[in-house]
Amino acid sequence: MAKIKCDKCSKEIETWGVVTVCPDCGADLQDQVREAERVTVAKAAEMVKDESATTHEFIVRTRGLTKVYKMGEVEVPALRGVDLDIRRGEYLSIMGPSGSGKSTLFNMIGGLDKPSSGSCFIDEVDLAQLTAFELAWLRCRKIGYIFQTFNLIPVMTALENVTLPMIFAGMSSDEMLERGRMLLELVGLGDRLNHKPFELSGGQQQRVAIARALANSPSIILADEPTGNLDLVTGKEIIALLKELNVGSGVTIISATHDLKMIDVSDRVVHIRDGQIERIERRSEIELQVGRLGEEEAG
Amino acid sequence: MINVRELAKRATETRAEERLGRQISLPWAAAVNIAIRNVTIRLGRAAITASGVVLGIAFLSYIWTAKVCQDAIEHDLARKARIAEIEQKAAEGQVIVPGAEEAAEEAQARAARQSWLVVMSLLVCAVGISNSMLMSVTERFREIGTMKCLGALDSFIVRIFLVEALLIGLLGSVVGVVLGHLGGLLMYSWRAGWDLPAKISWPAMLTYLAASVVIGAVIALLAAILPAVRAAQMPAAAALRSEI
Repeated sequence: MAKIKCDKCSKEIETWGVVTVCPDCGADLQDQVREAERVTVAKAAEMVKDESATTHEFIVRTRGLTKVYKMGEVEVPALRGVDLDIRRGEYLSIMGPSGSGKSTLFNMIGGLDKPSSGSCFIDEVDLAQLTAFELAWLRCRKIGYIFQTFNLIPVMTALENVTLPMIFAGMSSDEMLERGRMLLELVGLGDRLNHKPFELSGGQQQRVAIARALANSPSIILADEPTGNLDLVTGKEIIALLKELNVGSGVTIISATHDLKMIDVSDRVVHIRDGQIERIERRSEIELQVGRLGEEEAG
Repeated sequence: MINVRELAKRATETRAEERLGRQISLPWAAAVNIAIRNVTIRLGRAAITASGVVLGIAFLSYIWTAKVCQDAIEHDLARKARIAEIEQKAAEGQVIVPGAEEAAEEAQARAARQSWLVVMSLLVCAVGISNSMLMSVTERFREIGTMKCLGALDSFIVRIFLVEALLIGLLGSVVGVVLGHLGGLLMYSWRAGWDLPAKISWPAMLTYLAASVVIGAVIALLAAILPAVRAAQMPAAAALRSEI
Protein backbone atom coordinates (compact mmCIF):
# COMPACT_ATOMS: atom_id res chain seq x y z
CA MET A 1 0.00 0.00 0.00
CA ALA A 2 1.26 3.43 -0.82
CA LYS A 3 0.20 7.00 -0.27
CA ILE A 4 0.16 9.14 -3.37
CA LYS A 5 -0.79 12.71 -4.01
CA CYS A 6 -2.88 13.89 -6.92
CA ASP A 7 -1.21 16.51 -9.14
CA LYS A 8 -4.39 18.38 -9.92
CA CYS A 9 -6.34 18.63 -6.70
CA SER A 10 -3.57 17.60 -4.29
CA LYS A 11 -5.82 15.06 -2.64
CA GLU A 12 -3.97 12.33 -0.78
CA ILE A 13 -5.06 8.84 -1.68
CA GLU A 14 -4.09 5.51 -0.25
CA THR A 15 -3.87 2.93 -2.94
CA TRP A 16 -2.83 -0.63 -3.50
CA GLY A 17 -2.28 -0.08 -7.13
CA VAL A 18 -5.87 -0.96 -7.95
CA VAL A 19 -7.01 2.65 -7.95
CA THR A 20 -5.12 4.63 -10.55
CA VAL A 21 -7.45 7.55 -11.05
CA CYS A 22 -8.02 10.35 -8.59
CA PRO A 23 -11.51 9.84 -7.08
CA ASP A 24 -12.04 13.61 -6.91
CA CYS A 25 -10.87 15.03 -10.18
CA GLY A 26 -10.40 11.89 -12.24
CA ALA A 27 -6.78 12.66 -13.11
CA ASP A 28 -4.66 9.74 -14.32
CA LEU A 29 -2.28 8.77 -11.53
CA GLN A 30 -0.68 5.81 -13.25
CA ASP A 31 2.84 7.19 -13.01
CA GLN A 32 2.55 8.18 -9.37
CA VAL A 33 1.22 4.76 -8.47
CA ARG A 34 4.05 3.08 -10.32
CA GLU A 35 6.61 5.28 -8.65
CA ALA A 36 5.11 4.69 -5.21
CA GLU A 37 5.11 0.97 -5.84
CA ARG A 38 8.72 1.07 -6.93
CA VAL A 39 9.73 2.87 -3.76
CA THR A 40 7.83 0.40 -1.57
CA VAL A 41 9.35 -2.54 -3.37
CA ALA A 42 12.83 -1.13 -3.00
CA LYS A 43 12.24 -0.49 0.70
CA ALA A 44 10.84 -3.94 1.21
CA ALA A 45 13.74 -5.56 -0.59
CA GLU A 46 16.07 -3.81 1.85
CA MET A 47 14.02 -5.00 4.75
CA VAL A 48 13.93 -8.62 3.68
CA LYS A 49 17.69 -8.71 3.40
CA ASP A 50 17.93 -7.33 6.92
CA GLU A 51 16.88 -10.37 8.92
CA SER A 52 17.16 -8.47 12.21
CA ALA A 53 14.48 -5.97 11.24
CA THR A 54 11.35 -6.53 13.26
CA THR A 55 8.99 -4.73 10.93
CA HIS A 56 8.39 -6.31 7.60
CA GLU A 57 5.92 -5.34 5.02
CA PHE A 58 3.73 -8.30 4.34
CA ILE A 59 2.65 -8.80 0.76
CA VAL A 60 0.39 -11.71 1.60
CA ARG A 61 -1.46 -12.31 4.84
CA THR A 62 -3.98 -15.01 5.58
CA ARG A 63 -6.19 -15.08 8.66
CA GLY A 64 -8.08 -18.14 9.83
CA LEU A 65 -8.21 -19.57 6.34
CA THR A 66 -10.33 -22.70 6.06
CA LYS A 67 -11.57 -24.68 3.11
CA VAL A 68 -13.97 -27.57 3.10
CA TYR A 69 -14.54 -29.59 -0.04
CA LYS A 70 -17.84 -31.36 -0.39
CA MET A 71 -17.43 -34.80 -1.92
CA GLY A 72 -21.03 -35.89 -2.23
CA GLU A 73 -22.26 -36.39 1.33
CA VAL A 74 -18.84 -36.24 2.92
CA GLU A 75 -17.19 -32.98 3.88
CA VAL A 76 -13.44 -33.04 3.54
CA PRO A 77 -11.58 -30.26 5.31
CA ALA A 78 -8.53 -29.25 3.24
CA LEU A 79 -7.46 -26.25 5.32
CA ARG A 80 -8.20 -25.81 9.00
CA GLY A 81 -7.35 -22.29 10.01
CA VAL A 82 -4.14 -21.04 8.41
CA ASP A 83 -2.54 -17.79 9.57
CA LEU A 84 0.42 -16.94 7.39
CA ASP A 85 2.36 -13.75 6.75
CA ILE A 86 4.57 -13.56 3.71
CA ARG A 87 7.10 -10.76 3.33
CA ARG A 88 7.67 -8.80 0.19
CA GLY A 89 10.65 -10.10 -1.72
CA GLU A 90 10.73 -13.38 0.13
CA TYR A 91 11.30 -16.83 -1.31
CA LEU A 92 8.84 -18.96 0.59
CA SER A 93 8.26 -22.66 0.21
CA ILE A 94 5.13 -24.37 1.39
CA MET A 95 5.99 -27.98 2.08
CA GLY A 96 3.94 -30.93 3.06
CA PRO A 97 2.92 -34.40 1.93
CA SER A 98 0.32 -34.70 -0.79
CA GLY A 99 -3.17 -34.11 0.51
CA SER A 100 -1.86 -31.80 3.23
CA GLY A 101 -3.62 -28.79 1.74
CA LYS A 102 -0.69 -26.95 0.19
CA SER A 103 -2.27 -26.73 -3.24
CA THR A 104 -5.48 -25.52 -1.64
CA LEU A 105 -3.56 -22.83 0.20
CA PHE A 106 -1.85 -21.93 -3.07
CA ASN A 107 -5.25 -21.54 -4.75
CA MET A 108 -6.51 -19.31 -1.93
CA ILE A 109 -3.49 -17.03 -2.08
CA GLY A 110 -3.73 -16.82 -5.85
CA GLY A 111 -7.40 -15.89 -5.73
CA LEU A 112 -8.22 -18.99 -7.76
CA ASP A 113 -10.66 -20.35 -5.23
CA LYS A 114 -12.76 -18.90 -2.44
CA PRO A 115 -12.08 -19.91 1.16
CA SER A 116 -14.93 -21.42 3.19
CA SER A 117 -14.08 -18.98 5.96
CA GLY A 118 -11.29 -16.64 6.91
CA SER A 119 -9.65 -14.13 4.64
CA CYS A 120 -6.63 -13.69 2.46
CA PHE A 121 -5.02 -10.31 1.92
CA ILE A 122 -2.70 -9.40 -0.92
CA ASP A 123 -1.05 -6.03 -0.42
CA GLU A 124 -3.56 -5.52 2.39
CA VAL A 125 -6.49 -6.01 0.00
CA ASP A 126 -8.99 -8.63 1.10
CA LEU A 127 -9.49 -10.88 -1.92
CA ALA A 128 -13.06 -11.62 -0.83
CA GLN A 129 -13.92 -7.93 -1.25
CA LEU A 130 -12.77 -7.73 -4.85
CA THR A 131 -15.14 -7.73 -7.79
CA ALA A 132 -14.60 -10.17 -10.64
CA PHE A 133 -12.97 -7.40 -12.62
CA GLU A 134 -10.55 -6.44 -9.84
CA LEU A 135 -9.72 -10.06 -9.25
CA ALA A 136 -8.89 -10.53 -12.92
CA TRP A 137 -6.83 -7.35 -12.76
CA LEU A 138 -4.94 -8.72 -9.79
CA ARG A 139 -4.26 -12.04 -11.51
CA CYS A 140 -3.20 -10.25 -14.63
CA ARG A 141 -0.73 -7.80 -13.12
CA LYS A 142 0.12 -8.66 -9.55
CA ILE A 143 0.48 -12.41 -9.65
CA GLY A 144 2.29 -14.75 -11.98
CA TYR A 145 1.34 -18.42 -11.85
CA ILE A 146 3.50 -21.43 -12.51
CA PHE A 147 2.01 -24.92 -12.44
CA GLN A 148 3.25 -28.45 -12.08
CA THR A 149 1.73 -29.35 -15.43
CA PHE A 150 3.04 -26.15 -17.09
CA ASN A 151 -0.44 -25.32 -18.45
CA LEU A 152 0.75 -23.63 -21.58
CA ILE A 153 -1.92 -23.03 -24.20
CA PRO A 154 -1.19 -25.91 -26.58
CA VAL A 155 -2.20 -24.14 -29.78
CA MET A 156 0.06 -21.14 -29.21
CA THR A 157 3.77 -20.76 -29.75
CA ALA A 158 6.12 -19.97 -26.88
CA LEU A 159 6.08 -16.29 -27.78
CA GLU A 160 2.28 -16.20 -28.06
CA ASN A 161 1.94 -17.91 -24.72
CA VAL A 162 4.15 -15.29 -23.11
CA THR A 163 2.37 -12.37 -24.76
CA LEU A 164 -1.15 -13.57 -23.93
CA PRO A 165 -1.25 -11.89 -20.49
CA MET A 166 0.08 -8.75 -22.15
CA ILE A 167 -2.87 -8.77 -24.57
CA PHE A 168 -5.17 -8.83 -21.54
CA ALA A 169 -3.17 -5.97 -20.04
CA GLY A 170 -3.77 -3.94 -23.18
CA MET A 171 -0.15 -3.61 -24.26
CA SER A 172 0.56 -2.49 -27.82
CA SER A 173 1.66 -5.32 -30.07
CA ASP A 174 5.16 -3.97 -30.77
CA GLU A 175 5.85 -3.57 -27.10
CA MET A 176 4.39 -6.99 -26.49
CA LEU A 177 6.62 -8.77 -28.98
CA GLU A 178 9.71 -6.98 -27.77
CA ARG A 179 8.99 -7.81 -24.15
CA GLY A 180 8.00 -11.38 -24.98
CA ARG A 181 11.30 -11.91 -26.78
CA MET A 182 13.20 -10.35 -23.92
CA LEU A 183 11.51 -12.58 -21.34
CA LEU A 184 12.10 -15.74 -23.33
CA GLU A 185 15.72 -14.73 -23.72
CA LEU A 186 15.83 -14.21 -19.98
CA VAL A 187 14.77 -17.80 -19.35
CA GLY A 188 17.22 -19.05 -21.95
CA LEU A 189 14.80 -19.79 -24.77
CA GLY A 190 15.75 -16.99 -27.16
CA ASP A 191 16.01 -19.52 -30.00
CA ARG A 192 12.68 -21.26 -29.34
CA LEU A 193 10.30 -18.34 -29.81
CA ASN A 194 8.09 -19.97 -32.41
CA HIS A 195 7.99 -23.50 -31.05
CA LYS A 196 4.71 -24.96 -29.90
CA PRO A 197 4.62 -26.44 -26.38
CA PHE A 198 4.66 -30.03 -27.67
CA GLU A 199 7.90 -29.28 -29.49
CA LEU A 200 9.58 -28.33 -26.23
CA SER A 201 10.93 -30.49 -23.42
CA GLY A 202 9.37 -30.36 -19.95
CA GLY A 203 12.05 -28.06 -18.62
CA GLN A 204 11.70 -25.75 -21.62
CA GLN A 205 7.94 -25.66 -21.20
CA GLN A 206 8.35 -24.70 -17.58
CA ARG A 207 10.74 -21.94 -18.64
CA VAL A 208 8.10 -20.61 -21.02
CA ALA A 209 5.64 -20.74 -18.13
CA ILE A 210 8.06 -18.73 -15.98
CA ALA A 211 8.48 -16.15 -18.75
CA ARG A 212 4.70 -15.98 -19.03
CA ALA A 213 4.37 -15.51 -15.27
CA LEU A 214 6.69 -12.51 -15.57
CA ALA A 215 4.75 -11.00 -18.47
CA ASN A 216 3.17 -8.08 -16.63
CA SER A 217 5.89 -7.54 -14.02
CA PRO A 218 4.04 -9.19 -11.14
CA SER A 219 5.04 -8.63 -7.53
CA ILE A 220 4.27 -12.24 -6.61
CA ILE A 221 5.07 -15.46 -8.41
CA LEU A 222 3.01 -18.41 -7.25
CA ALA A 223 4.51 -21.73 -8.16
CA ASP A 224 2.53 -24.92 -7.54
CA GLU A 225 5.01 -27.80 -7.54
CA PRO A 226 7.06 -26.23 -10.34
CA THR A 227 9.51 -29.14 -10.36
CA GLY A 228 6.96 -31.90 -9.85
CA ASN A 229 7.00 -33.10 -13.46
CA LEU A 230 10.70 -32.55 -14.10
CA ASP A 231 13.76 -34.69 -13.65
CA LEU A 232 16.35 -33.90 -11.01
CA VAL A 233 18.71 -31.80 -13.14
CA THR A 234 15.99 -29.83 -14.94
CA GLY A 235 14.25 -29.28 -11.62
CA LYS A 236 17.44 -27.85 -10.20
CA GLU A 237 17.77 -25.50 -13.17
CA ILE A 238 14.22 -24.26 -12.72
CA ILE A 239 14.79 -23.69 -9.00
CA ALA A 240 17.99 -21.80 -9.78
CA LEU A 241 16.14 -19.65 -12.30
CA LEU A 242 13.41 -18.83 -9.80
CA LYS A 243 16.02 -17.91 -7.21
CA GLU A 244 17.82 -15.67 -9.70
CA LEU A 245 14.57 -13.87 -10.41
CA ASN A 246 13.89 -13.53 -6.71
CA VAL A 247 17.30 -12.07 -5.95
CA GLY A 248 17.65 -10.10 -9.15
CA SER A 249 14.30 -8.38 -9.20
CA GLY A 250 12.91 -8.69 -5.69
CA VAL A 251 9.80 -10.54 -6.84
CA THR A 252 8.17 -12.53 -4.06
CA ILE A 253 8.13 -16.23 -4.80
CA ILE A 254 5.69 -18.53 -3.09
CA SER A 255 6.09 -22.13 -4.00
CA ALA A 256 4.06 -25.14 -2.94
CA THR A 257 6.32 -28.13 -3.19
CA HIS A 258 7.50 -31.34 -1.69
CA ASP A 259 10.81 -31.11 -3.48
CA LEU A 260 13.60 -30.97 -0.90
CA LYS A 261 15.86 -29.18 -3.41
CA MET A 262 13.71 -26.12 -2.82
CA ILE A 263 14.91 -25.85 0.77
CA ASP A 264 18.36 -24.68 -0.32
CA VAL A 265 17.02 -21.52 -1.89
CA SER A 266 14.05 -20.73 0.35
CA ASP A 267 14.18 -17.89 2.84
CA ARG A 268 11.53 -19.62 4.88
CA VAL A 269 9.83 -22.97 4.71
CA VAL A 270 6.28 -23.45 5.92
CA HIS A 271 5.44 -27.02 6.79
CA ILE A 272 1.81 -27.95 6.39
CA ARG A 273 0.17 -31.06 7.68
CA ASP A 274 -3.53 -31.92 7.74
CA GLY A 275 -4.55 -28.45 6.66
CA GLN A 276 -2.67 -26.66 9.41
CA ILE A 277 0.72 -25.03 9.69
CA GLU A 278 2.92 -27.45 11.54
CA ARG A 279 5.98 -25.21 11.79
CA ILE A 280 7.75 -22.42 9.98
CA GLU A 281 11.50 -22.60 9.55
CA ARG A 282 13.93 -19.92 8.57
CA ARG A 283 16.78 -20.55 6.20
CA SER A 284 19.35 -20.25 8.99
CA GLU A 285 17.59 -22.92 11.02
CA ILE A 286 17.05 -25.20 8.07
CA GLU A 287 20.61 -25.38 6.96
CA LEU A 288 21.44 -27.36 10.06
CA GLN A 289 18.65 -29.78 9.36
CA VAL A 290 19.11 -30.50 5.70
CA GLY A 291 21.16 -33.56 6.46
CA ARG A 292 18.49 -34.96 8.70
CA LEU A 293 15.75 -34.27 6.19
CA GLY A 294 17.83 -35.90 3.50
CA GLU A 295 18.12 -39.03 5.59
CA GLU A 296 14.40 -39.01 6.21
CA GLU A 297 13.80 -38.87 2.49
CA ALA A 298 16.19 -41.73 1.88
CA GLY A 299 14.59 -43.83 4.61
CA MET B 1 23.10 -18.63 -19.93
CA ILE B 2 23.20 -14.90 -20.51
CA ASN B 3 23.43 -12.33 -17.79
CA VAL B 4 20.34 -13.30 -15.85
CA ARG B 5 20.57 -10.65 -13.17
CA GLU B 6 20.63 -7.82 -15.67
CA LEU B 7 17.75 -9.27 -17.64
CA ALA B 8 15.77 -10.00 -14.52
CA LYS B 9 16.06 -6.38 -13.53
CA ARG B 10 14.87 -5.33 -16.97
CA ALA B 11 12.03 -7.81 -16.80
CA THR B 12 10.51 -6.28 -13.72
CA GLU B 13 11.49 -2.64 -13.93
CA THR B 14 8.77 -0.16 -14.76
CA ARG B 15 9.43 2.04 -17.70
CA ALA B 16 8.33 5.62 -17.34
CA GLU B 17 6.91 5.78 -20.84
CA GLU B 18 5.05 2.56 -20.29
CA ARG B 19 1.37 3.42 -20.35
CA LEU B 20 -0.27 0.27 -19.20
CA GLY B 21 -3.86 1.26 -18.76
CA ARG B 22 -5.71 0.40 -15.60
CA GLN B 23 -8.02 -1.66 -17.77
CA ILE B 24 -7.79 -5.27 -18.68
CA SER B 25 -9.07 -5.93 -22.12
CA LEU B 26 -9.34 -8.35 -24.96
CA PRO B 27 -9.77 -6.43 -28.22
CA TRP B 28 -12.04 -8.08 -30.78
CA ALA B 29 -9.14 -8.32 -33.20
CA ALA B 30 -7.18 -10.36 -30.67
CA ALA B 31 -10.19 -12.54 -29.90
CA VAL B 32 -10.75 -13.20 -33.61
CA ASN B 33 -7.07 -13.98 -33.96
CA ILE B 34 -7.10 -16.50 -31.12
CA ALA B 35 -10.35 -18.03 -32.38
CA ILE B 36 -9.02 -18.42 -35.92
CA ARG B 37 -5.93 -20.11 -34.57
CA ASN B 38 -8.01 -22.40 -32.39
CA VAL B 39 -10.06 -23.41 -35.40
CA THR B 40 -7.16 -23.88 -37.81
CA ILE B 41 -5.01 -25.82 -35.38
CA ARG B 42 -7.83 -28.20 -34.48
CA LEU B 43 -8.96 -28.45 -38.08
CA GLY B 44 -10.16 -32.04 -37.78
CA ARG B 45 -12.09 -31.25 -34.63
CA ALA B 46 -13.54 -28.08 -36.16
CA ALA B 47 -14.50 -30.02 -39.29
CA ILE B 48 -16.49 -32.50 -37.21
CA THR B 49 -18.25 -29.65 -35.40
CA ALA B 50 -18.85 -27.90 -38.71
CA SER B 51 -20.16 -31.08 -40.35
CA GLY B 52 -23.17 -30.88 -38.02
CA VAL B 53 -23.87 -27.43 -39.38
CA VAL B 54 -23.12 -28.50 -42.94
CA LEU B 55 -25.62 -31.37 -42.79
CA GLY B 56 -28.38 -29.38 -41.15
CA ILE B 57 -28.00 -26.37 -43.41
CA ALA B 58 -27.55 -28.51 -46.54
CA PHE B 59 -30.86 -30.16 -45.74
CA LEU B 60 -32.50 -26.80 -45.08
CA SER B 61 -31.24 -25.23 -48.27
CA TYR B 62 -32.14 -28.37 -50.23
CA ILE B 63 -35.71 -28.09 -48.98
CA TRP B 64 -35.84 -24.43 -49.91
CA THR B 65 -34.26 -25.00 -53.29
CA ALA B 66 -36.82 -27.71 -53.89
CA LYS B 67 -39.58 -25.32 -52.96
CA VAL B 68 -38.41 -22.66 -55.40
CA CYS B 69 -37.98 -25.29 -58.13
CA GLN B 70 -41.45 -26.73 -57.50
CA ASP B 71 -42.92 -23.26 -57.67
CA ALA B 72 -41.17 -22.68 -60.98
CA ILE B 73 -42.33 -26.00 -62.37
CA GLU B 74 -45.89 -25.46 -61.25
CA HIS B 75 -45.86 -21.98 -62.61
CA ASP B 76 -44.64 -23.37 -65.89
CA LEU B 77 -47.30 -26.09 -65.90
CA ALA B 78 -50.01 -23.60 -65.09
CA ARG B 79 -48.84 -21.41 -67.92
CA LYS B 80 -48.82 -24.37 -70.30
CA ALA B 81 -52.24 -25.40 -69.06
CA ARG B 82 -53.55 -21.91 -69.66
CA ILE B 83 -52.15 -21.90 -73.15
CA ALA B 84 -53.67 -25.31 -73.80
CA GLU B 85 -56.95 -24.07 -72.40
CA ILE B 86 -56.99 -21.09 -74.68
CA GLU B 87 -56.07 -23.25 -77.63
CA GLN B 88 -58.80 -25.72 -76.72
CA LYS B 89 -61.34 -22.97 -76.30
CA ALA B 90 -60.43 -21.57 -79.64
CA ALA B 91 -60.69 -25.01 -81.23
CA GLU B 92 -63.77 -26.52 -79.55
CA GLY B 93 -65.30 -23.91 -77.31
CA GLN B 94 -65.01 -26.33 -74.31
CA VAL B 95 -63.56 -25.55 -70.91
CA ILE B 96 -61.46 -28.44 -69.52
CA VAL B 97 -58.53 -27.93 -67.23
CA PRO B 98 -57.61 -31.41 -66.09
CA GLY B 99 -56.58 -31.84 -62.44
CA ALA B 100 -56.20 -28.14 -61.62
CA GLU B 101 -57.84 -28.44 -58.21
CA GLU B 102 -56.00 -31.61 -57.29
CA ALA B 103 -52.70 -30.01 -58.20
CA ALA B 104 -53.39 -27.04 -55.92
CA GLU B 105 -54.34 -29.36 -53.05
CA GLU B 106 -51.22 -31.41 -53.53
CA ALA B 107 -49.03 -28.32 -53.54
CA GLN B 108 -50.55 -27.23 -50.25
CA ALA B 109 -49.94 -30.59 -48.62
CA ARG B 110 -46.37 -30.56 -49.91
CA ALA B 111 -45.76 -27.08 -48.48
CA ALA B 112 -46.96 -28.22 -45.06
CA ARG B 113 -44.75 -31.28 -45.20
CA GLN B 114 -41.79 -29.20 -46.25
CA SER B 115 -42.08 -26.66 -43.45
CA TRP B 116 -42.29 -29.58 -41.04
CA LEU B 117 -39.08 -30.95 -42.56
CA VAL B 118 -37.41 -27.54 -42.26
CA VAL B 119 -38.23 -27.36 -38.55
CA MET B 120 -36.96 -30.91 -38.04
CA SER B 121 -33.72 -30.24 -39.88
CA LEU B 122 -33.13 -27.09 -37.83
CA LEU B 123 -33.70 -29.02 -34.61
CA VAL B 124 -31.29 -31.76 -35.61
CA CYS B 125 -28.77 -29.13 -36.63
CA ALA B 126 -29.10 -27.25 -33.30
CA VAL B 127 -28.71 -30.40 -31.22
CA GLY B 128 -25.69 -31.53 -33.25
CA ILE B 129 -23.94 -28.18 -32.98
CA SER B 130 -24.59 -27.72 -29.27
CA ASN B 131 -23.27 -31.18 -28.61
CA SER B 132 -20.08 -30.44 -30.54
CA MET B 133 -19.64 -27.06 -28.86
CA LEU B 134 -20.19 -28.62 -25.45
CA MET B 135 -17.47 -31.16 -26.18
CA SER B 136 -15.01 -28.62 -27.48
CA VAL B 137 -15.55 -26.40 -24.43
CA THR B 138 -15.32 -29.29 -21.99
CA GLU B 139 -12.06 -30.61 -23.36
CA ARG B 140 -10.56 -27.16 -22.92
CA PHE B 141 -11.47 -26.52 -19.29
CA ARG B 142 -7.83 -26.47 -18.29
CA GLU B 143 -7.02 -23.95 -20.99
CA ILE B 144 -9.88 -21.80 -19.74
CA GLY B 145 -8.58 -22.04 -16.18
CA THR B 146 -5.12 -21.02 -17.35
CA MET B 147 -6.52 -18.03 -19.21
CA LYS B 148 -8.34 -16.95 -16.08
CA CYS B 149 -5.10 -17.17 -14.13
CA LEU B 150 -3.50 -14.90 -16.70
CA GLY B 151 -6.12 -12.25 -16.03
CA ALA B 152 -8.89 -13.09 -18.48
CA LEU B 153 -12.36 -11.93 -17.50
CA ASP B 154 -15.25 -14.34 -17.93
CA SER B 155 -16.38 -12.24 -20.85
CA PHE B 156 -13.04 -12.79 -22.68
CA ILE B 157 -13.53 -16.54 -22.54
CA VAL B 158 -17.11 -16.25 -23.75
CA ARG B 159 -15.98 -13.90 -26.49
CA ILE B 160 -13.30 -16.28 -27.78
CA PHE B 161 -15.70 -19.21 -27.85
CA LEU B 162 -18.46 -17.21 -29.50
CA VAL B 163 -16.16 -15.96 -32.24
CA GLU B 164 -15.03 -19.54 -32.74
CA ALA B 165 -18.62 -20.78 -32.94
CA LEU B 166 -19.51 -18.02 -35.36
CA LEU B 167 -16.56 -18.93 -37.60
CA ILE B 168 -17.46 -22.59 -37.59
CA GLY B 169 -21.15 -21.76 -38.08
CA LEU B 170 -20.48 -19.45 -41.03
CA LEU B 171 -18.07 -21.80 -42.76
CA GLY B 172 -20.31 -24.80 -42.19
CA SER B 173 -23.39 -22.92 -43.38
CA VAL B 174 -21.74 -21.71 -46.57
CA VAL B 175 -20.56 -25.20 -47.43
CA GLY B 176 -23.94 -26.63 -46.47
CA VAL B 177 -25.83 -24.10 -48.59
CA VAL B 178 -23.66 -24.79 -51.62
CA LEU B 179 -24.10 -28.56 -51.25
CA GLY B 180 -27.83 -28.47 -50.55
CA HIS B 181 -28.56 -25.96 -53.25
CA LEU B 182 -26.57 -27.69 -55.96
CA GLY B 183 -28.02 -31.05 -54.97
CA GLY B 184 -31.58 -29.77 -55.12
CA LEU B 185 -31.08 -27.91 -58.34
CA LEU B 186 -29.46 -30.85 -60.09
CA MET B 187 -32.19 -33.22 -58.98
CA TYR B 188 -35.04 -31.03 -60.10
CA SER B 189 -33.31 -30.09 -63.34
CA TRP B 190 -32.83 -33.76 -64.09
CA ARG B 191 -36.53 -34.39 -63.54
CA ALA B 192 -37.99 -31.27 -65.09
CA GLY B 193 -35.53 -30.50 -67.83
CA TRP B 194 -32.20 -28.74 -67.90
CA ASP B 195 -33.71 -25.37 -68.68
CA LEU B 196 -35.11 -25.23 -65.12
CA PRO B 197 -32.45 -22.84 -63.75
CA ALA B 198 -33.59 -20.28 -66.32
CA LYS B 199 -37.17 -20.59 -65.10
CA ILE B 200 -36.81 -20.35 -61.34
CA SER B 201 -37.10 -17.07 -59.48
CA TRP B 202 -33.51 -16.25 -58.54
CA PRO B 203 -34.27 -13.37 -56.13
CA ALA B 204 -36.42 -15.73 -54.05
CA MET B 205 -33.78 -18.45 -54.28
CA LEU B 206 -30.96 -16.14 -53.17
CA THR B 207 -33.04 -14.84 -50.27
CA TYR B 208 -33.63 -18.39 -49.08
CA LEU B 209 -29.95 -19.26 -49.43
CA ALA B 210 -28.83 -16.16 -47.53
CA ALA B 211 -31.39 -16.96 -44.84
CA SER B 212 -29.91 -20.47 -44.58
CA VAL B 213 -26.42 -19.06 -43.96
CA VAL B 214 -27.70 -16.65 -41.34
CA ILE B 215 -29.76 -19.33 -39.63
CA GLY B 216 -26.76 -21.68 -39.52
CA ALA B 217 -24.52 -19.05 -37.99
CA VAL B 218 -27.15 -18.00 -35.46
CA ILE B 219 -27.83 -21.59 -34.39
CA ALA B 220 -24.09 -22.16 -33.93
CA LEU B 221 -23.88 -19.00 -31.80
CA LEU B 222 -26.90 -19.89 -29.69
CA ALA B 223 -25.65 -23.43 -29.19
CA ALA B 224 -22.24 -22.17 -28.06
CA ILE B 225 -23.45 -19.51 -25.62
CA LEU B 226 -24.56 -21.86 -22.87
CA PRO B 227 -21.43 -24.06 -22.64
CA ALA B 228 -19.17 -21.03 -23.06
CA VAL B 229 -20.85 -19.09 -20.27
CA ARG B 230 -20.87 -22.14 -18.04
CA ALA B 231 -17.17 -22.75 -18.64
CA ALA B 232 -16.29 -19.10 -18.09
CA GLN B 233 -18.11 -18.99 -14.77
CA MET B 234 -16.22 -21.93 -13.33
CA PRO B 235 -13.82 -20.96 -10.54
CA ALA B 236 -10.30 -20.94 -11.95
CA ALA B 237 -9.11 -23.61 -9.51
CA ALA B 238 -11.89 -26.00 -10.49
CA ALA B 239 -11.21 -25.45 -14.19
CA LEU B 240 -7.53 -26.17 -13.66
CA ARG B 241 -8.21 -29.32 -11.68
CA SER B 242 -10.33 -30.92 -14.37
CA GLU B 243 -8.58 -33.81 -16.07
CA ILE B 244 -9.61 -34.66 -19.58
